Amino acid sequence: MTTATDIVPPTTPAPRASKSRKRNRETRSALWLILPTIVLLAIVIGYPIVTAIIQSFQKDPGLDAATGLFVTGGFAGVANYAHWLFQQCMSSTGQTIACPPGNLGAGFWNAAGVTFFFTVVTVILETVIGTWFAIIMNRTFRGRGLVRAAILVPWAIPTAVTAKLWYFIFAFAGIANALFHTSILWTSDEWASRFAIIIADTWKTTPFMALLILAGLQLIPEEVYEAARMDGASTFRTFTTITLPLVKPALMVAILFRILDALRMYDLPAILTGGGGGNGNATTTLSILVIKQVRSGYNSASALSTITFIIIFLVAFIFVRVLGTNVVRTQEAQQKGAK
Amino acid sequence: MRAQRVSLVIASIAAAGLVLTGCSSSGSGGTGSDNALTSRGPITYVQGKDNSNVVRPTIDRWNKLHPKEKVTFKEQSDQADQQHDDLVQNFQAKNKNYDVVDVDVVWTAEFAAKGWLQPLTGKMAIDTSGLLKPTVASATYNGKLYAAPQTSDGGMLYYRSDLVKTPPTTWDEMMSDCSIAKKAGIDCYAGQYAKYEGLTVNVAEAINSAGGTIVGSDGKTPTLDTPEAAKGLQNLVDAYKNGNIPKAAITYQEEQGRMSFEAGKLLFLRNWPYVYSLAKTDGSSKVKTTFGIAPLPGATGIGASSLGGHNAAISVYSAHKATAHDFVEFLESAETQKFFATQGSLAPVVASLYTDAALDAKLPYLPVLLKSISSAVPRPVTPFYPAVSTAVQDNAYAAIKGDKSVAKALSDMQAAISAASSGN
Repeated sequence: MTTATDIVPPTTPAPRASKSRKRNRETRSALWLILPTIVLLAIVIGYPIVTAIIQSFQKDPGLDAATGLFVTGGFAGVANYAHWLFQQCMSSTGQTIACPPGNLGAGFWNAAGVTFFFTVVTVILETVIGTWFAIIMNRTFRGRGLVRAAILVPWAIPTAVTAKLWYFIFAFAGIANALFHTSILWTSDEWASRFAIIIADTWKTTPFMALLILAGLQLIPEEVYEAARMDGASTFRTFTTITLPLVKPALMVAILFRILDALRMYDLPAILTGGGGGNGNATTTLSILVIKQVRSGYNSASALSTITFIIIFLVAFIFVRVLGTNVVRTQEAQQKGAK
Repeated sequence: MRAQRVSLVIASIAAAGLVLTGCSSSGSGGTGSDNALTSRGPITYVQGKDNSNVVRPTIDRWNKLHPKEKVTFKEQSDQADQQHDDLVQNFQAKNKNYDVVDVDVVWTAEFAAKGWLQPLTGKMAIDTSGLLKPTVASATYNGKLYAAPQTSDGGMLYYRSDLVKTPPTTWDEMMSDCSIAKKAGIDCYAGQYAKYEGLTVNVAEAINSAGGTIVGSDGKTPTLDTPEAAKGLQNLVDAYKNGNIPKAAITYQEEQGRMSFEAGKLLFLRNWPYVYSLAKTDGSSKVKTTFGIAPLPGATGIGASSLGGHNAAISVYSAHKATAHDFVEFLESAETQKFFATQGSLAPVVASLYTDAALDAKLPYLPVLLKSISSAVPRPVTPFYPAVSTAVQDNAYAAIKGDKSVAKALSDMQAAISAASSGN
């Protein structure tokens, strides 16, 4: 991260005292300028996160045996977290037992696995197909405008509509089965339902990938390709040694965006399969689990959303840590090269 | 110094954040002051989207009769989940302007246990003698009436009258009639078995029809370890296994079943009354004149339908409870109920209306629906309804698909409901 002072280079050499005064003034005005942003972030991001964390250490209200009315649960310690991470449930006698199937807590690792499975598969598919689309869109040919528009259409459709669309396509008496003369239960079979989600998600978000990669492709100067052609490099060689390394910064940003997005996938499976399939939870993602839990207990749901938040944060952190520095450097190098 | 002022500002923002956090923690509901029980004045009625335009004319009629105690209509969205969340938020905020609220039968116990609904006892009592018993049960939690039944709904059996002369009255009869379907080359029976709320409805019907129950009268003790409950679930499992319930039915919600029935591909369908007029009038319906309706089949006679519908409840935070009480009675009146039925095809909760000749002419399914609702059992009346429903859906779904034995599914269901009511 760079601070405001680093961005402004000292233009003229000035006496020491006045220079530091100027710096001070700049720091101050910079602070005032970013203050609205800080306030906004504190309200819309900081406050909900802090509230959720505080609530996640509270017990959910339980019934008073005598009156049948709910009473506040009190301090829970880390019980809500243990409930999700170690499948610990309270029995009616107050003992800790393993959560039985049908309790949302029993589905945590399943949901985490499903979420990561969706993320890995969809991001790989979208990256490969997206790169391919981007290369097509980057060429000059008749009707390029039409192809670009056609490729972008799925991205322009709201996810809820997409989900409903594929819901009809994958209905038992729907187009998918009629077209392939199959009788697959797309929304109920374990793997068919997962692939239904993957197909729909790939269809919807590949254009987003293609768009970001296209932006990267357009930064590559034409001369580099010309030089390669002069040297007699094959198309494959040109792609692996010129296109890929030069588009990598844009590609990495696009992949990071998609990973973060895929990890909090909710609307597509919620509408297309309702989280069902297989044993009934084959397409339940972490976000679906959070929303289900909100109905039965807000504090426990807060713990689950905090866990989800930490998981996504860690993945992003690892991704930036492992590949991030590299991204920044090549981008600078590329900008220099472009000049 | 300026810099100090900046840090002061940031500190005060942080402090404001803490104050906000403090405000958000909700207290458990109070019971409201006693003089509110006799207080009169303008009130608000809150309900989901008024699709068939019955609420506004009803309120207009009330307002003409009671110019000093006018009712304002607050219309919510048409999504049940959003209506639920809107009510929860306003109750938590102790909103005085949510006087009379329309609650789904399955939310009634939850709101009652949260202390948000005024018990209809003492001065607030209403006359329930003319109402259908199961609808009253759906509004009763812990032995106390917390809401007034307003509209009802029950499952019915749609059958092909050209293929089956007399509809089956028991489950076993229906299963033996499946040979007719086989001869005709169509599917035999379907309800709603996709994993959603409809599955809870159908499983509850299967278990209740066989004489079992899901939770006890306290709303939290599971009662699934009985041979009756096992028999009920086993019926569904066997029918799905031997093909009497088609394989595709595991993806059916209400609409897929209706479409299959209207396309002439299904002999028996369990569905709500709304299908009746659609199957009669839909352009694509192939069974316009060749279907009939009957009560759901049970173990030895009429089966136990699950109940749909809504109840009207008075908020404990209402400032004009006497007016609210009168308005609820107005909603219960035969006149209003008849208007709901004729204008909006909403099933009445007043028993006498089902034998009203004029009404029967307009809604020919009413006599059958009366039998269905009279022997109906509300879905589990429990403050932990969402968790109980999840427990039922997850395990019943696995059992029907054959991934889990009936015994294991029921013991898991039992344990999950017990865990749910212990605050998990």
